[in-house]
Amino acid sequence: MASVSHLFHLEIGVRIMSENIKVEEYILSMENITKIYSNGFIANKSVNFKVRKGEIHALIGENGAGKSTLMKVLFGQEQPDSGEIFYKGKKTNITNPLVALHMGIGMVHQHFMLVPSLTVAENMVLGVEPGKYGMFSYKEAVKLTNDISKKYNLPIDAEAKIMDLPVGFKQRVEILKILLRGVDVLILDEPTAVLTPQETDELFKQLKVLKEKGYTIIFISHKLHEIKKLCDNLTVLRNGRVTGTAKVSDLTEQEISKMMVGRDVFLTIKKDVAQPKETVLSVKNLSWVDKHGKRVVNNLSFSVRAGEILGIAGVEGNGQRELTNLIARLEENQIGEILLYGKSIAKQSIREIREQKISHISEDRMTFGTVYEATIEENIISDRFYKKEFNKNYLMDAKKIKNHVNELIKEYNVRTDSKDLPIRTLSGGNMQKVVVAREFSSDPKLVIANQPTRGIDVGASEFIRKKLVTLRDQGAAVLLVSADLNEVIEVSDSIVVMCDGSIVAYLKDAKRVTEEQLGEYMLGIKKQSDEELREVVHD
Amino acid sequence: MINKIENQFKFIRIAISISIALLLAFLIISFVSKDPLFAMYNLIIGPFENIRRVGNIVELMIPLLFTGVGVSIMYSAGQINMASEGAFFLGGVAAAYVSVTFLLPYGIHPVVAMIAGGLIGGLIGLIPAILFVKFKALPVVSSLMLNYISYFLGMYVIHYIIFDPETGYLSSFLYKETAILPKLFSVTRIHWGLVIGLIVVVLGYLFLKKSKWGYAIRMIGMNPNFAQYSGINVGFYILLCQLIGGAIAGIGGAVEQLGMYSRFQYQKLSGHGFDGVLVAILANYNPKFVPLAAFFIAYVRVGADVMARNSDVPIEIVSIIQAVIIVFVASERFLAGWKHRKIVKASQERFASEEA
Ligand SMILES: Nc1ncnc2c1ncn2[C@@H]1O[C@H](COP(=O)(O)OP(=O)(O)OP(=O)(O)O)[C@@H](O)[C@H]1O
Ligand SMILES: [Mg+2]
Repeated sequence: MASVSHLFHLEIGVRIMSENIKVEEYILSMENITKIYSNGFIANKSVNFKVRKGEIHALIGENGAGKSTLMKVLFGQEQPDSGEIFYKGKKTNITNPLVALHMGIGMVHQHFMLVPSLTVAENMVLGVEPGKYGMFSYKEAVKLTNDISKKYNLPIDAEAKIMDLPVGFKQRVEILKILLRGVDVLILDEPTAVLTPQETDELFKQLKVLKEKGYTIIFISHKLHEIKKLCDNLTVLRNGRVTGTAKVSDLTEQEISKMMVGRDVFLTIKKDVAQPKETVLSVKNLSWVDKHGKRVVNNLSFSVRAGEILGIAGVEGNGQRELTNLIARLEENQIGEILLYGKSIAKQSIREIREQKISHISEDRMTFGTVYEATIEENIISDRFYKKEFNKNYLMDAKKIKNHVNELIKEYNVRTDSKDLPIRTLSGGNMQKVVVAREFSSDPKLVIANQPTRGIDVGASEFIRKKLVTLRDQGAAVLLVSADLNEVIEVSDSIVVMCDGSIVAYLKDAKRVTEEQLGEYMLGIKKQSDEELREVVHD
Repeated sequence: MINKIENQFKFIRIAISISIALLLAFLIISFVSKDPLFAMYNLIIGPFENIRRVGNIVELMIPLLFTGVGVSIMYSAGQINMASEGAFFLGGVAAAYVSVTFLLPYGIHPVVAMIAGGLIGGLIGLIPAILFVKFKALPVVSSLMLNYISYFLGMYVIHYIIFDPETGYLSSFLYKETAILPKLFSVTRIHWGLVIGLIVVVLGYLFLKKSKWGYAIRMIGMNPNFAQYSGINVGFYILLCQLIGGAIAGIGGAVEQLGMYSRFQYQKLSGHGFDGVLVAILANYNPKFVPLAAFFIAYVRVGADVMARNSDVPIEIVSIIQAVIIVFVASERFLAGWKHRKIVKASQERFASEEA
């Protein structure tokens, strides 16, 4: 008898203890979460995920591992099919995002959830509109926005329309918006994917301040150095399951990436010295003025030759987007000249340019890169659907297209059950793989790659970077724009630095460039002489 | 497995929507009618009671095939273009003009009339698209305005060019016999327009869902920025599909005249173009499903007509039924929970068997 009651007490003791831990240590605990999407895809399989109060917890894993899904479940956007969520020690039922926000859980999404036609201020206060007697006070909204942006040192034009903002700024609005809601737990789903290194540093400072004030942060990122720099603990997801949790300080970057991908990933790329040939693209005194009269692109001259990778480094928003859009003919009214094989593109259509084997990875995946509602197949064939090889008589050759698409899905390792699913069912990184698959598989002679590995896991990034080098070796000219300095230095043969719409440096040998050096040019602290800059024009 | 559930689900959702609509109709009928059961019987079974009424359904359905396919194509490019109404009307007027004034042999005459209808219909569909592509004028507004213009233009032709003063009301001269579309079966008034309509359905389906042009149009409809980025000539395809959609509606107007009438006698816009929007929504802008949707709308109309004639329930009840069904069919989330549970179960089973 005695032993039985002893056991009984022991059990109670354990239960109390574990409950205490929940109350004191873990602000949040998700237990046995299984999430099945309506197409039958199991995105989370019995996931256990615990976060301590006041920590910055990294959630990492390959593209499609189920990170965003798990966070959407926590934020009440998706309902789990089984499992429980405890918040501040209490079992909760988070039926929708409003409940989550009310409880103090806020999320910044991987893809923007802003209303493009409204201004920044209007978006900021959506759902918590200021004003008296049911009237909306726009002035108040602008003031709130300016206050919070000052407080967190994330400057923004409160009266700009969202659709006129570059991606980096849209992300900033998202972050500010959630800070304005006054939450305890912040979920940040790849917030830095679209930020510049400087902005990221700034954000990290703020996050650390928030942490000291007792906020809890869940941070998703594919960038290992960020995790090392910012996070306390990490949880790794793979194929919808948790494969490990650890203290970040116990691991090296190499070990973290191995935990994520299950194999060694090479963060540096082996490549031979470039053998540049004829000039493919040359840009001469190119300028472009935006609708506010600002000279966003200012008198650029450079050229890219076949067989070389020219990297463009620069803080985002210094004219890179406009430059690549001008070359891809998505933007009109250029001043100056853009020559493709010596011929001006000013009068050419996008189709004509693409026919000359130019491919373009846009930095804005959701606007230009994909059709959200269309299938993966439809997204892949958009630049080639009309070609003879894919048409038979008057109809498209379904069988040929199917084989072609399935091959690409395999080659680029897009994680999906079928090519016929809408692309919106893919994880962010896998969507990017679809874009890359399309743009790399058209046998390009000039690749304009703007943030090609944004949101892509380390394993797949390695693949894409290698592929860029392979394309170069096959004789393509590559123009690589990236906010990831490590990527620019690793992949490029030579580097151009842009600042305020102008080229401020040309560094012929990327191998000998350091991040610090780039930083000085990027921030406009240093500038090369006109003589030095003239060397980037090769004809 | 999952696909099977999806298909099952689609079918069940439509079946349930229709049942709910009928139930609602029954409730309303119970209020207004002394003998609701009899009225209901007329509404549901009435249309199938004799061959003539079945014929009526098919006759009503024929023009909807054309406008349904036309609107499906127009809307697929993301253009809310209502000009199908004006296109149908003027298509009929053009056919009337050709049928009254031209002297042509059998076989050729209706073809020329339909071509005339198609041309004018295409033009009408094209105008809002041009205004959109050139001046960014919203097609939903310009096309509604254009429908008035089409109407008065058509009435002008009837009134001043082919007006028959003998009839005592506003109508054209009799169509020449050579222009008339022959009947398919002797008992009903079903005419060759059915065959032409079904051909249009097949061609429309192949065009929109299987051809490169259709692909371009659908991509533009879903994301014009993406289409432009990929090298698709957005403006051109918008013009093209509004032209084609309008032309199909115009041919429909011609076929309706030549198949069902012996002289032009519409006094106002016929509403077939707007019904086309209804049909296209029900068919999810897929020409493949247009016959089914058109048949259904026609069936409900004939049912309401039979009911109004035989019982004390007014014909307007049909609008309510239509509205309810469209609301349910168009709402994605309706019954989605049920579908989700089924799929979850199937996946869990698959998951379990994979684990084992
Ligand atoms: N609405 C949906 N319907 C069906 N499947 C979905 C849906 N959303 C996501 N999935 C699938 O669930 C899996 C997990 O997606 P999730 O977005 O959680 O990945 P992730 O870990 O955030 O990846 P990434 O790093 O690429 O953002 C993916 O394979 C994706 O295809
Ligand atoms: Mg994600």
